[in-house]
Amino acid sequence: MYKLYLELLVTFFKIGLFTIGGGYAMLPLIQREIVRHGWLTFKETIDIIAVSEMTPGPFAINAATFVGTKTGGIPGAAFATIGVVLPSFMIVTLVAKYSAQFKDQPILQYALYGLRPAVIGLIASAAFLIARTTFFTASDGNAGIFVGLQNILNTINWRAIIIFIVAIVASLKYKVHPILLIVISGILGIILYSV
Amino acid sequence: MNENDRWKKIRKLFLVFFRIGAFTFGGGLAMIPFIKREIVDSNHWIEDEEIVDIFAMVQSVPGVIAVNSAIFVGYRVAGMWGAVASAFGVVLPSFIVISAIALFFSSFKKIPVVARAFEGVNAGVAALILTALLQLIRPSIKDNFGWAIAVVVFVIMSFTDVSAVYVLLASAAAGITISYIKGYMKMRKGA
Repeated sequence: MYKLYLELLVTFFKIGLFTIGGGYAMLPLIQREIVRHGWLTFKETIDIIAVSEMTPGPFAINAATFVGTKTGGIPGAAFATIGVVLPSFMIVTLVAKYSAQFKDQPILQYALYGLRPAVIGLIASAAFLIARTTFFTASDGNAGIFVGLQNILNTINWRAIIIFIVAIVASLKYKVHPILLIVISGILGIILYSV
Repeated sequence: MNENDRWKKIRKLFLVFFRIGAFTFGGGLAMIPFIKREIVDSNHWIEDEEIVDIFAMVQSVPGVIAVNSAIFVGYRVAGMWGAVASAFGVVLPSFIVISAIALFFSSFKKIPVVARAFEGVNAGVAALILTALLQLIRPSIKDNFGWAIAVVVFVIMSFTDVSAVYVLLASAAAGITISYIKGYMKMRKGA
């Protein structure tokens, strides 16, 4: 048990340390770490994104609490959540203490010049991997692997694609709020997967 | 500031950030106006100009904006314990909600109608992330170097097992290198 707590603490410390750009940027890192440890399947990590959108709190924190609870109960959640917050705590208190010097550091701006576009690449990759899992049905619930063209056609999940198109139009054209968007896709899911 | 005052402030910090944590859905930039109203306008803990600097600074270090802002403001207002109280306050609401959901999630998802709803929700999540991506491109990518980094990162993260950790370190190094080369070229042109 203590080994699990330590593993949660260390893994989420690493995630916290490399959470840059906030929001969806760290999805690939978080998802990969969670799946690599066998804590959840890739598909289950998409559920956390949905739950996270509909509840208060940022995704990185919610993912830590969710995974911690599922693997090690409330103590597990505490270890994972403290792990993800700890790097921020150490760095931000230092920055707050020495902010006058910190503000004039050009090297940080230079690093961000490379990091901001990297965040775009990360989010694009998250979108791609999630789309691949969602639009192609794989029996094991993990990311679909393409084997031959007929297989691709057979595994295309048309219902998911219809829901995606409705959602993306609602989001881009009509600026529908994320929470409402998730509710709408849920209702469409109930309707389409029942027929 | 006497001890009594300090503890009063620490308690207040906890409560204020608990409220902020409870009402930020989806996290991120959405909570910035909320934090500003509580910290600057209602409690006058931080000056108007300083809070802008704080938001800029906490976004350039690792971590989540909401939590980083809480830690920074807490530290400024009441030192280390202020930072601890603010961090706990801002995280606690989602900790309570998410651990409760996680405890029941598996059995909840076994209900057929819920499972179908979540199948639909997965597609909705893909749309949400694509939307965020499209909105972020303009403020994040300023030139061809930016596009090159974004494309390389996308390919590495999508088709290899290389950790995001190394990818980010390499991107930061690339950003620093390119900036110095640009600065050098400018200097030479000027000279």
